[in-house]
This record gives sequence, C-alpha cells and structure tokens, in this order.
Amino acid sequence: MTLREPPLREAHAAAGATFTEFGGWEMPVDYGSIRAEHRAVRESVGKFDVSHMGEVTVAGPDAAALADRLTTNDVGRLDPGEAQYTAMVDEDGHLLDDAVLSRLPSGGFLLVPNAGTDAETTARWRAHRDEWSLDADVTNVTDDRALFAVQGPEAVELVDALATADLSALPRFDCVRTDVAGVTALVSRTGYTGEDGVEVLADAADAAALWDALECQPCGLGARDTLRVEMGYLLAGQDFDSSDDPRTPYEAGIGFVVALDTDFVGRDALAAATDPEERFTGIRLSERAVPRHGYEVVDAGGRRLGTVTSGTLSPTLDAPVALGYLPADVDEGTEVGVVVRGEPKSGTVEAPPFLERDE
Amino acid sequence: MTDVPDDRRYRESHEWYRPADGRVGVTDFAQDELGDVVFVELPDAGTEVRAGESFGVVESIKAVSDLYAPVSGTVAATNDALAERPELVNEDPHGEGWLVELEGVDEADVEALLDPAAYRDTLG
Repeated sequence: MTLREPPLREAHAAAGATFTEFGGWEMPVDYGSIRAEHRAVRESVGKFDVSHMGEVTVAGPDAAALADRLTTNDVGRLDPGEAQYTAMVDEDGHLLDDAVLSRLPSGGFLLVPNAGTDAETTARWRAHRDEWSLDADVTNVTDDRALFAVQGPEAVELVDALATADLSALPRFDCVRTDVAGVTALVSRTGYTGEDGVEVLADAADAAALWDALECQPCGLGARDTLRVEMGYLLAGQDFDSSDDPRTPYEAGIGFVVALDTDFVGRDALAAATDPEERFTGIRLSERAVPRHGYEVVDAGGRRLGTVTSGTLSPTLDAPVALGYLPADVDEGTEVGVVVRGEPKSGTVEAPPFLERDE
Repeated sequence: MTDVPDDRRYRESHEWYRPADGRVGVTDFAQDELGDVVFVELPDAGTEVRAGESFGVVESIKAVSDLYAPVSGTVAATNDALAERPELVNEDPHGEGWLVELEGVDEADVEALLDPAAYRDTLG
C-alpha cells in the first residue's frame, strides 16, 4: 500500500522530521523532541501540519438537511462562519467518527473527519443523500488542501499579524475567510491541544508559502498526541473504533454533541443509551511507567476493570496519565492499577482534563 | 552524523559494550530513533543476563523497546541516575546514559560483537 503524503513531506524531512504511518498517511511524528514541541505549544506557540485530516465539502439546497441527518449535533444552531464539534454514529448509536463541521461564511459546509476516513465518509454521505433524494453535492477535497494547526498562548497573535482579517476578535469555534501571508485561507479558532489557537486551511499549492510564513516551532503527531491526552480528547481508532471497540458518544464522554431533539441516523439508539455502564475517564499513575493502548486496568484486588485506550508520560505534569473506559460506578479518586508488563502500577482515577486550561 | 565511539563493540540491535569497564548502553543512533526517553527498567545487581536476550526495557514517549544484552554476564551495577534523569540516555548515550555494568563476561562473546566500523556500516 502506498502511503498518502502531505504537500510538504519533503520540507518536513529537510527540517529533520521523523515520520510515522497514521491513518494511511506518512506524517511527521517529531522534529527532534516531542517534549520540546509539547512545551512550545503549552508555553508559546507551535505549528502542526495536519493535512492528513479529511476535508469534505457539502453544498447545495439540502446541504444542511444532509449534515443534520448524519451528525449528532444540532446543525441548525450554526450560522455562516460558525463551527461545531460533532459526531457521526451508526444505526446502533456507535461512533463512526468525531469531526468538526463548519458552516462556511460563503454558504455550504465543510466537514473535517479524521485521517483516512475521508473516502468512506464521502461515500456514506452520498449514499444517504441518494437514499433520501436530497439535493446536495458532497465533494472530497482532502488531497487538494493543506491544513495547519497553529496552537499555543501566542498562536492567535502570530497568525493575526499575517492575516487581513482581525483574528483576535474571532470567537472560539468561529471561522473566517481571510488572506494569511498573501494566501487565501479559511481560518477557524479551533484546535486539539487545549490551548488557544487556530487551524488554517488553504490550497495545497499554497502550502509552502503559508507554512514558511508561520514562523514558530514545527510540531509532529507525537506532541499532538501528548497534548490531546493531557486534555482527555478522543482519538478515533484508538479511544473508539466502530469495529474493534464500539462506543456511544455517552460512553465516550461527548454526550454534549448529541442533540436528541434533532433527527439523525442512530438517534433512537442513543435516546436509549444516555446512562451507560462504562464511561471514558482518566487515570494518573503514581509509579513511573508508561501506560499504553491495550494495557489492562485492575482494581485494588487485581480484578479487571477495563483497558487503557490512550496513555503517555505527560510532559507537562511529568507523570504517567492514561485514558480509557471504566465502569460508571468507579468514582474519581478510586485507587486502580494499570498492568505494565505483568506488573500493576498504582494510580488514581481522575476525570480529564489532567490540566486546567481556559478554552 | 551519528556518533560511534571506537572504544567499544556493538550489537546490531543498537546496544554497546565497553570492555574497559564492562558497561552497556544504547547507541546514539538508538536514542535518536527512540526520541525522548522517559523511563528505563533495568535488572537488579546480581542478575545474570544472557547475550541476545532481553534484560530490560527503555520507554520513550513514542514507544517501548526491549534492551538486548550484547554479552552474557552478571550485573555488577545499574545506573541509578536514570531513575531520576532518564533523559541522560538521550543527552549522553555513550557516557552518563549508560545502563548496566557487567562482570564475568566471556571474551568470545565480545569478539562476536560488531566492531565500530562494522556497526557504522549497518547504519547505512
């Protein structure tokens, strides 16, 4: 299988990036040190090439109706220039993907699903459009776009200085069409790090000019992962997986994106699943070890409670932290163990985020 | 360019052994591949290790990797500094970032390891 590459693959390699396969893409995992990149984002600003994320546009008279029927959140709440975090579920209410849906300033919608899901998502949306006889164009533009996330307390200031629009006044989860360093772009005040920041979408042909103008620490998927784990943000395919680990938005802790008063695929199943037996939560270990995906979580008596879906050594806290599903009656503060190479390492249940952050 | 000191021998899995003091560590190439090391699990003094077998693990943020003994021997000492400062493996893999010190090592095991030039060749 040939891996898909972001437009700036060679530039990243020249900047010292090492690469990893993720969602069928070959992406920078770090540019030398995950720790240094993580710190840049928490303390000042860093930039990520996230061109592996999907971009699917939905246009036409029935675009809103189609989006409303295929996403759990209330699309009716979006005015042009606004975005929302949302989910897509199957008939059983199990998460297929989580995504950001923007209602574009010029009309129509932009859906940003996770890496490697763009083709499948496009096909599914078109199939439903046809089934319901809706008038909407669904177009997968992933390969024609570059998407950069600029994140950190100084991120907005950095991009604002390069943009024609006033980004400092852009509310969280709003998006605006503007020039950035002379490049036509869609800028949204969104991110996946827990810090303030923006995501900048542009034509792939403009990727180099834009990336070079965003002068700050380049960051890879390694830091992207440590940053999002500290915040307890979900990663599709790891914290839920429609085939290997099916989970509802309620189990996954994102019930806030489910608008049961709208009509969407999976709505009835979710209406009956608002009080799940297991919930996504966090664990902070007091012993030095690195919890990783698939490690078992046990109670004080050694009985199995659940499984770690994501974990890392938090660079900010210098402590091991894990995410995963535990029985809903396991309270915060409960002492548990994460089994690392056969040895339970002690920890305490702690609902994420592990860091306090103004978002 | 990755550093390959001349005063020691190497295993293809990127561990080094220095005959002068019996120390074992991972190479500069290995630490660079691993990225930020956050935890090292090592055997206690007195443990017997066997050439080619795993004697511990090194955890970086990215991955967990087994450490393979370049030679057989008995652990005489472990690098206690790594408990507090695992990043020494990144900062000084051939010096302060050493892992264990072995004694009772068979010369034939040492001869079976790669010399610096041969190890350098494996790195391409």
